[in-house]
This record gives sequence, C-alpha cells and structure tokens, in this order.
Amino acid sequence: MANEIVIHVEGLGKKYVIGHEAQRERYVALRDVIARGVRNACRMVADMARGHIVVPGDTVEEFWALKDVNFEVKRGEVLGIIGRNGAGKSTLLKILSRITEPSEGRVTIRGRVASLLEVGTGFHPELSGRENIFLNGAILGMTRAEIKRKFDEIVAFAEIDRFLDTPVKRYSSGMYVRLAFAVAAHLEPEILVVDEVLAVGDVEFQKRCLGKIRSISTEAGRTVLFVSHNMGAVQSLCSSAVLMEHGRLAFRGSPQDAVQVYGCDRTQQFEVHDTGNWSRTGTGEARVISVRLESAEGNAQTLYRMGETMVIVMRAEFPNEVNNPTFGVNIVTDSGIRVADCRSNHYGVEIGTVKGVVEYRARINSLALYPRSYSVEPWVSNASCTSDYDWVTNAIEFEVSSGPNFMGGANVNSSHGVMFIPTSWAVYPVRDEYAGNLAANHHGAQT
Amino acid sequence: MLKSSSSNAMPASLPTTRTLVLECGRAERHYWRDIWAYRELFAILAWRDVSVRYKQTAIGVAWALLQPLLTMIVFTVVFGRVAKLPSEGTAPYPVMVFAGMLPWLLFSSILSGASNSLVLNANLIGKVYFPRLIVPTAVGLVSLVDFGINFVLLAVLMLWFRFVPSWHMIFLPLFILLAMLASLGPALLMTAMNVKYRDFRYIIPFIVQFGVYASPVGFSSSVVPAKWRFWYSLNPVVGAIDGFRWCVLGGQSPLYIPGFLLSLSVVPVFLWQGIGYFRRTERTFADLI
Repeated sequence: MANEIVIHVEGLGKKYVIGHEAQRERYVALRDVIARGVRNACRMVADMARGHIVVPGDTVEEFWALKDVNFEVKRGEVLGIIGRNGAGKSTLLKILSRITEPSEGRVTIRGRVASLLEVGTGFHPELSGRENIFLNGAILGMTRAEIKRKFDEIVAFAEIDRFLDTPVKRYSSGMYVRLAFAVAAHLEPEILVVDEVLAVGDVEFQKRCLGKIRSISTEAGRTVLFVSHNMGAVQSLCSSAVLMEHGRLAFRGSPQDAVQVYGCDRTQQFEVHDTGNWSRTGTGEARVISVRLESAEGNAQTLYRMGETMVIVMRAEFPNEVNNPTFGVNIVTDSGIRVADCRSNHYGVEIGTVKGVVEYRARINSLALYPRSYSVEPWVSNASCTSDYDWVTNAIEFEVSSGPNFMGGANVNSSHGVMFIPTSWAVYPVRDEYAGNLAANHHGAQT
Repeated sequence: MLKSSSSNAMPASLPTTRTLVLECGRAERHYWRDIWAYRELFAILAWRDVSVRYKQTAIGVAWALLQPLLTMIVFTVVFGRVAKLPSEGTAPYPVMVFAGMLPWLLFSSILSGASNSLVLNANLIGKVYFPRLIVPTAVGLVSLVDFGINFVLLAVLMLWFRFVPSWHMIFLPLFILLAMLASLGPALLMTAMNVKYRDFRYIIPFIVQFGVYASPVGFSSSVVPAKWRFWYSLNPVVGAIDGFRWCVLGGQSPLYIPGFLLSLSVVPVFLWQGIGYFRRTERTFADLI
C-alpha cells in the first residue's frame, strides 16, 4: 500500500499558442476576428494548397509551458515543486487539478484530488463569513453535510466567531485570509495540491498554516503536492522535491538536494562572495566581500512574494580605519532601472570608526515591488556620500512574485510598473447636476 | 478532454476511490454523472447569485417590479392604443401583454445572465475544476426567482381587471420549463462565444432588444398574417409565449397548433447545438478567460 503510485505523469506537455496580434488587444474581439479572417483566409488556402498545417492568427508562435515532464508520486509522499517564475510549476498544478487539459502526454491519478491554488477562491464580499464558508467549501469540493460537520472547527481555527455574520468585505485582510485558509485546511482529500498559499497573513498565522499542512501530510495515506518559493518550508515539510526549469523537470530527489541544485544556478544564489570578478567602482577604502539575502526569520532566500520582508546582509572590509562611513544598497530592475537607493545616513545611523570586516544589514519590511527579477548593488561611501569607497553592480539577484490580496493578489504583473503603491479604492456615483457642471467646465476650458 | 474512468466521478471529498486519466482531446465519458455529482455546487452558486442580488433588498425588489410594469404600460399604449392592435378575445390588453412578458423576461434574463456568467466567474474558472456547465445553468434558477416576483405582479394585475384565469393554468409549469429550455440552447451558445470573443457581449443586449419586437410580446401572435404565422414560429419564444397566453387567458387565446409544434421542435435543436458547442469549447475556457 505504501509504495502504491497515486500520480503518474507521462510525457506531459502544455502548449500555448501566442498569436502576435494579441499584443495589441487585451482580449479577442469578433470585429478583429472577422477582419483578420478575411485577410488570413487567403493565406490558409495557400497553406492548404502547399500542404502546410493551417494555423489561425497573423503570426503565430508556439510556446511550451510544459514539455516532456515525467514523474511519479507515491502514496503518502509530500512532494515539493520548486523553480523560478515561469518554469511551469503553476501550469503543472493546473493540469493536475483539471483546470486546464494537457496538450500531450497523460496523467493518471488514483484518488480524490483537491486543489488549493489560491486562498479564498470564490469568496463573495457581500456575503457573510458563515455564507462564505459554505460557498467556498462547496467550490473546493466539500459536501454540505461535511461543511456542517466541520463548521465549528473552521470558525475556531479562523478565530472569527464574533464576525460570523458580518459581510467579508468588512473583514481586515488578516481575518479574510484566516477564514479562507481555515476552510481549505479542513478539506480531507487523498491528494492535496497546494500552491504558494502560505506566504499570506502574519508570521504567526503562517506558522500555524505550515503546522496544519504538516499535520495533514503526516496523516496516513495523504499525498501532498506543494509548490513554494519558501525553501525553508520545502526542506522542512517535503519528503522529496522536483525542480522545474523552462517547462521541464530538471531534478528529482530529496528536498535538500533539489534546493541545492536550484541554488547552483547563478541567479539563484542565496549568498555570494567576492571572487575578484565583480564589476565595481570606488576608491578602495572599503571593499564589499559578500552579500546574502534572507527572509525575516533569517533563512536564505532569493524568491520573495510581494509584501514579504527581505533582509540584505552584506559584509565589507576596511583595510584602514575609516570614520563614519555610509552603507547603502541599490535595487535595480532587470532592465536596469534603479528602484531605490537605500542608505544608512537617511536614518542618521551613527557608525563611528570602523576597521576590518563589518557586517551590515538592510531590512525591507514590506517589499513593494512588482513581480520580476531585481539585482542588488551594495556600496560603501564616505559620510556625505560624495566619494564612493566601493560600489558593486549586479552582485546578486532576487525575484519577486505576486503576493497577498492587499498587495494586489495574483492580479499584478510586471507590466504594471516598478514600485507597487498599496491603494484603497472608493467609487461613488456623481449627481447629475454636478456631472453637468464638470462637463460645462471642461467645455469652457477647451474653448 | 478529461475522462474519469472505472468508477464514480464525484467531487473531491466524497469517499470513492477512482482513477482519473487526464489526456488531450479525450471526451469526458461521465460528463452527465459528473454534473450530477456537482449538484450541490450548482445549488450554492444559484443561491449566491440570488442572495447577492437581493442583499440590498428594497431597491432590488422594487427594480424587479418596476421594470416589467413600465414596459407593460408602454406596450399597452403603443400597440394597444396607438396601433390599435386587437387583444386575445376579450382579455384586457395589459393582461395579454403581461402574460406574454413573463416568458419573454424569463427567456431574455437567462440569455443575458448566462452569457455573462462565465466571464463574471473568471476567478473560479481559473482556480478550481468543476463542470463549467453549472455556471450558466445556475443563472436559470436566479431568473426563476425574478419570474416568481413577476408572476405575483400578474396576479395583482388580473385582480385589478377582475380577470378570471381558466383551468389551463395547471399546465403553466410545463410552459415555464419550455421557456427555460428554449433559452438554454441559445444561452449556452452565447456563453461559449462570449468567452472566446469578448466583444460578443455588446451584441447580446442588441439581440435581446431586437427579440422583444421580433417575438409576440407587445402584441398577440394572431395579428401575424396567416401565411407567415407558421414560419414565424421558428422563433422558439413564440411557442413559449403562445403557450403562456393559452394558460393564462384560457379560451380567449386558442393555440395555433402547427406553429406551436414547430416552436417545440426548434427548442431541442438549439439545445443540442448549444450544449455541443459549449462542451467542445469548455476545455479551453481556463486558457482563454
């Protein structure tokens, strides 16, 4: 029983066809389809006459989000799935949870699957907490009787009993997330598919979520597939792991090995030391010798969710005594835009006289950056920042992925900008006479 | 497509062990059984839509009452007074119009509600599996609640005009079902089209607006010239509206049998086409939405 294979993935591939006309429009419009149809009909007839395959679209490019993926999962296994953004992890989970169908290959699954690709799927803001428990539970595949049976447990776990009949639109983001996770945590499938839902809520709640996942996975016969950017969680929770790269399976083995293989990728190093080939400028009165990226808890990490805490730990060596230097770190996007120049003297940090090796840390409490890759440029200068002692460009890279709802949730992407500014929104109807005035003023301004 | 073989297709947490094979382009073998297994989700989605709609109640209900009432008055004035079209037998014109508007509103609200439903529930489609057919069909239940409100209005109207309905009323549930089935076919076609071509939603209000004049809502279908009447019934709503009037107005509105049968036979054709097209495109919804 223990060695029974519950998920068997053979030659799995998922192809997306990217039509280049799609870049002009956010969605497909019938008007354009008709216009294009006339244009392309001739081309298709020509293609058919020549015996080519007929594809719709102006210029069409095939994109394999997954290609030739093979693996097996045994009953009771807790499989971590790691990889960079766009490596195909989410596509794999979507196929396994039946949301989208594969383009080639096959998956055989023995047992009931429940997938948790997002916290609070289908929550309706107008409905109360009680109503949303039933709605969300049904969406996740629980029966009414099952939800009723676990109702008290869910409410207790979420700690929202006082607000049970309040519409969830009045909930704080923390309460919302707690309720959503509580429903999901009480699913009892044989196979549970979880995507990155843990890095929401406060640290205390994250710990409880991890604990819950751990207790789910240690129950007999429960199989868990767990996608995460949190290497610490993968190493502590999972019994094995796979590493995805460019839609392919790059590594399958123990979580420790997988994390290590992952870290060997130049851009995924958690800690870098000066090996003499850094590109740098400066007078040399100080030299940055290492940079390390950490989570709030001090674990090495190079992948962050929006809103997460990032700690940059740097070491610099001062050959001679230097009075009151300024430490700093620049954050630069992958396209070379400087996002921030964080410096110790902004905060009036008194450093005094230093000599030898110094470690300094910059803590970013809420990473308000859109999802993409960023590089870190540590530097040291004199007190007034007029003379750079040392400035290293592209020392280490980190990646940001989408975060919790108060940071825009899964809706944000790199095309939206660089710095994310959390906003609250209000929309009101405008009374007619006022709108009329506005229009009149506008008209007046034009003439 | 997806196929669940060897045993029951049940929602995730029902205690059955089954083997699920996910593969490209294989038709779902237990499609209907799968839908049956997800009936609770169907009910809860319908309940959600009803409850959200009437949450801010006073205005919601008032709006549901006011709209058909005003439309009825306009039609009575335009068709009954200005154009001087005849009513059905001795039935008061407003009652005749309202009896036709009930099935029309049921039809049109399912049509427009369903076609937007998948786009409105895009977050669900992209994150969880369930038979997609559930979402547009759940709209049918919501429209049925609106229908109930309108029906009360009809009863009030009949009291006002002291119009006694005939014993044909007992057949009304059958015609409600007919109106719903008649709308489901075109609705599913449009739902699927709406996911694929997002500007399709601009066409839907036009179809609904056009349909109200193309169907015998503001007038009796007996005013249609005899030689056209049979082909006029190609519009499936004609059958439902005539049936309603036959039920409500009784002997005042005799049923034109050949036309009614034609309407009746158009309904399954649309339904077949609608479900077929929906199922063919269903598997790509998550990629498109």
